[in-house]
Amino acid sequence: MSFTDEQLERYSRNIILKEVGGKGQKKLLNGRVLIIGAGGLGAPAAMYLAAAGVGHLGLADADRVDLSNLQRQIIHTTSDVGLPKVESARLTIKALNPDVTVQTLEGLVTAENVSSLIKDYDFIIDGTDNFPAKFLINDACVIEGKPFSHAGIIRFQGQLITYIPHQGPCYRCLFPAPPPPDAVPTCRQAGVIGAMAGVIGSLQAMEAVKYLCGIGKPLTGSLLTYDALSMEFRKIKVTKRATCPVCGDNPTIVQPIDYEAPSCDLKP
Amino acid sequence: MPNKTLPPPDSTVDITEVVCPVTFVKVKVALDDLEPGQILSVRLNDGEPVENVPRSLKDEGHRVLKLSANGDGTYNLLVEKGQE
Repeated sequence: MSFTDEQLERYSRNIILKEVGGKGQKKLLNGRVLIIGAGGLGAPAAMYLAAAGVGHLGLADADRVDLSNLQRQIIHTTSDVGLPKVESARLTIKALNPDVTVQTLEGLVTAENVSSLIKDYDFIIDGTDNFPAKFLINDACVIEGKPFSHAGIIRFQGQLITYIPHQGPCYRCLFPAPPPPDAVPTCRQAGVIGAMAGVIGSLQAMEAVKYLCGIGKPLTGSLLTYDALSMEFRKIKVTKRATCPVCGDNPTIVQPIDYEAPSCDLKP
Repeated sequence: MPNKTLPPPDSTVDITEVVCPVTFVKVKVALDDLEPGQILSVRLNDGEPVENVPRSLKDEGHRVLKLSANGDGTYNLLVEKGQE
């Protein structure tokens, strides 16, 4: 594969980096990233990956664009209200970079479809807003041996960790099971500043780019936390648990599980 | 400077039709196709390209062998690809 003149210009700021170069750009163009959740986190992640020239993006989301989403979900615009989020996001990505092919799933990611969904991708971004989905994505990625970026945001706080198969802990090593439904508010009940999603979703895109190019060190073995009000980033060392039910020595979770979603997440 | 005879280049690239940063980008991509030790010949314009492209190549570990004026406002640069 050789670059067109347009690609050399479009990706010049990537290629000019010693760590990326033409070879790294080709890896990005051949790269496949699945973004689960085309919301606050998924919006900047998808846009930066599309802009960088990640050639194949998958998007999964069951929701339609709502006016209250636009405060943070910058991949959607006012005229997209009412459209399925994956369709609105696909249109933005195609407008941003026609080099990118987009595959969409308009629907929920479930224990039934998650494994076949992630199978075709090199890296998965968890941009979901609820615990059942986060545990489902973690378990499926561990079982299928897929690297992924976990992130969560609420109010002025965010967190991030990267799982790479056989390196460091998985999300379940840190948090063995979801909290009871409604024990923790989702950002829809608790509020969040849009730029919070921008900060953390962009970090997820960065982890995907590094992984695809094979450069730098992924955020494995540390949970990065961000407190916007005190403007503090902390990197907390975390270790793999031998007793982890999914990535431990004697796993008891051998296939993905659907947990019950909190009642507020259920569609009326 | 003694006029050493250099081996013929393994590949050539013309960057006189493009501007920064695509100038260096085209040279980098041309070098990607070569092995360390092979030689690339670059045709480039006077001014910004002549000032910056050789320096950027040195920064990335390549060896600039020769820079010569072509007499028409363009230059010819011979660069040996460094180790990856």
